[in-house]
Amino acid sequence: MKADLITPGVDGIDGSEVTGLAHVATPETLDLSHGTVLYLDAITVSFDGFRALNELSLTVDAGELRCIIGPNGAGKTTLMDVITGKTRPDSGTAYFGQTLDLTRLNEHEIARTGIGRKFQKPTVFEQHTVFENLELAIKVDKGIWASLFWRLGAEQKDRIAATLELIALSALADREAGTLSHGQKQWLEIGMLLAQEPKLLLLDEPVAGMTDAERERTAELFTSLAGEHSLIVVEHDMEFVTSIARKVTVLHEGRVLAEGTMEHVQSNEQVIEVYLGR
Amino acid sequence: MIIERLPQLYGTKGWLVIAAFLALVCVLMPALYLAVPEDSPFHVPAWLITLLGKIMCYALVALAMDLVWGYAGILSLGHGLFFSLGGYALGMYLMRMIGREGESGSDLPDFMVFLDWKELPWYWAGTDQFWYCALLIVLAPGLLALVFGYFAFRSRIKGVYFSIITQALTFAAMLLFFRNDTGFGGNNGFTDFKRILGFSLADPATKTALFIASGVTLILALLLCRYIVTSKLGRVLTAIRDAESRVRFCGYNPVPYKLFAWTLSAMLCGIAGALYVPQVGIINPSEMSPANSIEIAIWTAVGGRGTLVGPILGAALVNGAKSWFTVALPEYWLYFLGLLFVLVTLFLPQGVMGLAQRMRSKRNT
Repeated sequence: MKADLITPGVDGIDGSEVTGLAHVATPETLDLSHGTVLYLDAITVSFDGFRALNELSLTVDAGELRCIIGPNGAGKTTLMDVITGKTRPDSGTAYFGQTLDLTRLNEHEIARTGIGRKFQKPTVFEQHTVFENLELAIKVDKGIWASLFWRLGAEQKDRIAATLELIALSALADREAGTLSHGQKQWLEIGMLLAQEPKLLLLDEPVAGMTDAERERTAELFTSLAGEHSLIVVEHDMEFVTSIARKVTVLHEGRVLAEGTMEHVQSNEQVIEVYLGR
Repeated sequence: MIIERLPQLYGTKGWLVIAAFLALVCVLMPALYLAVPEDSPFHVPAWLITLLGKIMCYALVALAMDLVWGYAGILSLGHGLFFSLGGYALGMYLMRMIGREGESGSDLPDFMVFLDWKELPWYWAGTDQFWYCALLIVLAPGLLALVFGYFAFRSRIKGVYFSIITQALTFAAMLLFFRNDTGFGGNNGFTDFKRILGFSLADPATKTALFIASGVTLILALLLCRYIVTSKLGRVLTAIRDAESRVRFCGYNPVPYKLFAWTLSAMLCGIAGALYVPQVGIINPSEMSPANSIEIAIWTAVGGRGTLVGPILGAALVNGAKSWFTVALPEYWLYFLGLLFVLVTLFLPQGVMGLAQRMRSKRNT
């Protein structure tokens, strides 16, 4: 393992910079040198004796688009909670890249390192305008004094405009977010996520409440994001999953039941029994 | 940067209202009080100056309450404590300024003589200096709020739990200040003040100066709060109020944001208390009673949360009504206050400001 860490020349790191374990000691920055963006090992979370996650292990490669499916109560949302720091695991390790120990960081610290999360129920700032929602999300210094003396620069304006374009809400920029339709809120939340410029996006049921056309566009968007970003999509809508999935993980009772391509997973008998066949 | 944004805080109409208010407080009222003879129908009596000065102090407290409740969504039921601490801080100075003119004729404040104390307790050191007490006025409530808020917000205590703890805090402080050996005059508190900065408190000119100071401070505080709530910091505060976990997942740590609003609010209350005490002439632990703090929340709700100007109006309306009621129908005041709160909660969730807005939009359609 140690020898592995000091191997020079991995992903553009030239040998002179890699001195011993030096790059392990910079915990603030995301290190994707080994091609793994998320590494979970033997994560266990219990609530009052109920094991929501049971020794769950999961690895996601950089640039991957991973879909996670599973019946209700399989631990999908708890998994997202662990990754984003909302829930601390009872045991197990969780790393973002090579160096960031997710079990030691707070929600906002994890968000700053580059993990964005979309909730199951669309959560936007309802009393702020669409524009203000994006303004709050964009990647800038989020300390208190920076906020007090904050002025919107031309560069940030362009970035917000581009995001508005992408999520098709340009015409509604000055509308209060609370007045948007369910699907539009979903898009706004996805836009806020993108404005944060995350490396890893966690999307909990992103197409719930969307029209077919909106679904199609969302699928396109996600596919185009993969590569540059890594995505984990939790979704019940099998049609949608089939349309975007390259690799699917099936969760059941807090652990991984099966993993692989959609066809592979669909032909797995255990999966059919607990989930697909119902 | 700050100067640049200052004119944008309010529109032309808003600035005109502020200018008119300042003209009223700084020129017209003082002139009618000091220069117009007492038998003239235009004369403003001393009691009215004191009453209005007092109400402006309450308005400042309501404004401070709006910053935390209306914008950050933190309902404090202990703001009376911060107000009282500011009042006590200036009260210590005022007590020292009595000198040997007290009943006992001693250098020590009368209540210490009655307790048979021979010297000032250590925490009274330096209180004969105005600048030191002026610092205490903001630092005492500010530090208490900072420490209390840090632990509460870090432990993510929210909503009604937070409100109950603040209520308990002010109640505990009241019991502490009621004790004679706490060194703040027990249940009598501080009174019989003679002078401030060498000026007699009985002098109409001093009363006028305090009146003007209250009005000017209120406007400055309003502009400060307006600056904050119209900045991105203000938008983060309202975002925390509406969806705190979303704010966290956007990469903001809510704790310093809440602490900022909370501590600043406590400091403004301290200043209000310090302006209040020399005008009213007394400070005692009953100011810390839970009922007082609840009343502050009522002023804010009546005026309209999240509007800054609303709570100022609310404080003026409720206290104006209180002054009239306690003279005309003293036994019904509390019923009226309770009824008012119920009615506002049921029918005017946005308070007086919301009502005004609704009427305006109705007229436009």
